[in-house]
Amino acid sequence: MTRSLVRTGVVLFVLALGLSGSAVAWAAGLDEPGSSVADGGQGSEVEGMKTLVGQLSSEDPAVQQQAVRVLVETGDAATLSRLELVLEEADRATRVAVKPVKALLKNKLNLASDDEAVRRAAAGDLGVSGQRLAAPWLEAAAAKESQYWARYAMEEGAAMLRLADDDPSVRDAAAAKLGELRSQNGLPALKELAQQLSGEASPRESDAPVLAAVSQAIERIEIWSTWAGVFETLFRGVSLSSILLMMSLGLAIVFGLMGVINMAHGELMMVGAYATFMTQELFKAYLPPSMFDAYFLASLPVAFLVAGACGLFLEATVIRFLYGRPLETMLATWGVSLVLIQLARVLFGDLTAVTAPAWLSGGAQVLVGVYLPYNRIFIIGLSIVCVIGIYLTLFRSSLGLRVRAVTQNRNMSACLGIPTRQVDAYTFAFGSGLAGLAGCALTLVGNVEPGLGQNYIVDSFMVVVTGGVGKLAGTIVAALGIGSLNKFLEPSFGAVYGKVFILVLVILFLQRRPSGLFAIKGRHAD
Amino acid sequence: MNSMSETTSEGQPAAERESLLFWLIGLFLLIVLPALNVLPAEESWLHVSDFTLNRFGKFLAFAILALGLDLIWGYTGILSLGQGVFFGIGAYCMGMHLMLTIGSEGVYGSALPDFMVWNQVKELPLFWTPFYSFLAAVGLGVLAPMFCAWLFGLLAFRSRIKGVYFAIITQAVALSAWLVFNRNETNLGGTNGLTDFKQLLGFRLSEPGTQRALYVATVLALGGAYFLCRWIVQSRAGKVLIAVRDSEQRVLFSGYSPSNYKVFVFVVSAGLAGLAGLLYVPQVGIITPAQIGVLPSLEMVIWVAVGGRGTLVGAIIGAVGVNFGRSILTNYFPELWPFFLGGLFIAVVLLFPDGLVGLTRRLKAGPVGTLFKKAKPASEGVQP
Repeated sequence: MTRSLVRTGVVLFVLALGLSGSAVAWAAGLDEPGSSVADGGQGSEVEGMKTLVGQLSSEDPAVQQQAVRVLVETGDAATLSRLELVLEEADRATRVAVKPVKALLKNKLNLASDDEAVRRAAAGDLGVSGQRLAAPWLEAAAAKESQYWARYAMEEGAAMLRLADDDPSVRDAAAAKLGELRSQNGLPALKELAQQLSGEASPRESDAPVLAAVSQAIERIEIWSTWAGVFETLFRGVSLSSILLMMSLGLAIVFGLMGVINMAHGELMMVGAYATFMTQELFKAYLPPSMFDAYFLASLPVAFLVAGACGLFLEATVIRFLYGRPLETMLATWGVSLVLIQLARVLFGDLTAVTAPAWLSGGAQVLVGVYLPYNRIFIIGLSIVCVIGIYLTLFRSSLGLRVRAVTQNRNMSACLGIPTRQVDAYTFAFGSGLAGLAGCALTLVGNVEPGLGQNYIVDSFMVVVTGGVGKLAGTIVAALGIGSLNKFLEPSFGAVYGKVFILVLVILFLQRRPSGLFAIKGRHAD
Repeated sequence: MNSMSETTSEGQPAAERESLLFWLIGLFLLIVLPALNVLPAEESWLHVSDFTLNRFGKFLAFAILALGLDLIWGYTGILSLGQGVFFGIGAYCMGMHLMLTIGSEGVYGSALPDFMVWNQVKELPLFWTPFYSFLAAVGLGVLAPMFCAWLFGLLAFRSRIKGVYFAIITQAVALSAWLVFNRNETNLGGTNGLTDFKQLLGFRLSEPGTQRALYVATVLALGGAYFLCRWIVQSRAGKVLIAVRDSEQRVLFSGYSPSNYKVFVFVVSAGLAGLAGLLYVPQVGIITPAQIGVLPSLEMVIWVAVGGRGTLVGAIIGAVGVNFGRSILTNYFPELWPFFLGGLFIAVVLLFPDGLVGLTRRLKAGPVGTLFKKAKPASEGVQP
């Protein structure tokens, strides 16, 4: 239906071409550089534009098509601004009629923009606009384009427009091109076309190869999108894992060293998140707006130090008195966590949020249909830095040497002159600082609220239990496993049953290895 | 973990004092409180209102649970942070029965519970059908938690998951159960839980008489639970339980199987928690997932800790005392309650690890000055 209408439109347009030759000539004049034209000339051009705009809303399709062609084929930035000038005083019907034309012209101009994002967006808009006359522009732009993703969008757009071409061989080629590009945007159009072609009562001879090409393209795209989905799930899993990892590392080191599970660990994370929030507020209040984006970098050490100081305080006031009584420590630290949550609620209210800095908003397209947000990439990067930092601290520093010694045999280390209590305090503060960093990272992906730590704490306990005590590798593997499994089970099981399933898996796993993945070998008596 | 050394060292006189205390409390709860509810006039200062009696009924249901928890934590040294789940299973069993006895009295006039009409469930799910019978509901309310505990205990204790590991796993179980009970498709009422009960065995729940009867039933159940626990503790098995707490390795080397004893005590504590849930629901009139999650399960531990681990009376005192304090504090200073509860967690662990019972004992033993010095249990040195 629409196709035949377009076809008549084209025929009428050819007929009208001769008739309105004068108009073309006039329009060509319109595009002469304005420098030689006086102010009066500008006025007459505006008048001419008004005529054209009038023609756009004309009843006669020939006149209308002609006006469109004049405007968009030959238009430039000056035409656009003049068009806007005219539109200001036009009535509503005219504005509605002109709007798509204006968009078309704008996108065409944007194809030559200096900004890659603008070019991509314009190509995307043109691709779904259904205006077939845009296809050659896109192809021409694609030939000149140097940026991969902009060129991709242009080629995709052109192929999508060519898909509606009258010539079967062009449509055939367009379908093949879309398949080759694994175009996600082209998929609906391809499906529609396949349905249309197979649904026709008397299929034309020439449609058969097109249909074959279309279904092949659909298949290619769908296989690709399955893999892209798997990849994205994996990425989300790794991203969740890295948050879990940052939380669990501190927990695991402290647990390995002192046999203490710190139930307030999640709240130390919350302290880190609020430290980030406060840093942001301070930057907002006392520094020029141009400095604002730097707040997040500043908040990383702030979160680490504030949470670490809290940890030091907690160790000195509560945990110090509970060595060798791990179960009681759990209860006491849970009490601390209750107090901290309520304190945050009283001080900050129920919900606040951190504005992610501009350089962490948006994301990178790495593959067709695979889009990785920068904030998640940053979190993954941060957790890698943390792991390296912990590795260096544990295995390349004297504190690390002491920590490992006390972890292995507390009494013997004490006999050899290691100040074990001091080592405990520093390690606890270090683990708390790591939780603070995790909290800082969490502000990028969620709200800052008093109950922040509670959402992750049980999961990170599971990581510690599964990973085993005192081994960095165990914690890393367990965090990756539990985080990724969570995200992979979510689509099929739902978030709740996925969690239950993981719990069952962990319990079954502990049947085989009661002390986790990588337990320290040796004889222990209790 | 080590508080039992004091009770054992004091030997028989302590046990006698404890049972005397128990009889006094029992007499007060069973006769005096209901009598004060019925006999004096409403205006009299001696009068115990229906509301107070009902509230005490709730606390005493909690005390049954605390007894079970004391058995496993105070006597055997296993910290279970998942008692809320067993409590919840019992409570939901009774809740389902009460939902079904509403019949067509509900808002929608359907034979199905209201929330099912709301969720567009057309027929009763199969697992609801046993709960038409009161006896089946009561039986399942006790046996289902025991079965779950048996299964879980078998998995956990056979593979020698213990200490902090066991606590964490049970906490994860509590979290998972909370998540599952919250879902609408499990047909357990979702976040809103089960409520709007009308009658139990033909008696209207809104009648003070029914509530009084439930209160008396709770006191009797508590008494039964106490005797059961005391019997277990004083039996040879009870000695093994205490030995497991003090040194599991030595018990193992002496030829006992600690895991069997642990499974046994875990199952008993789960049964008591289920019983508490059964009695809780008709008195409170609502059960939601919020009452069985991670935080409620931890609060249950603190009842026992406050009262005094390793003494059965302590568990009862703790459950009633903490909940009484809670109902007063949340009434007058709702925003202070978390501070208070958190402070209680810290204080009970740091300052009086043997709870109120231990505190009175220590006060009797010496001047106040020695109170805080002796806060640490004496046998710290045994640690590896």
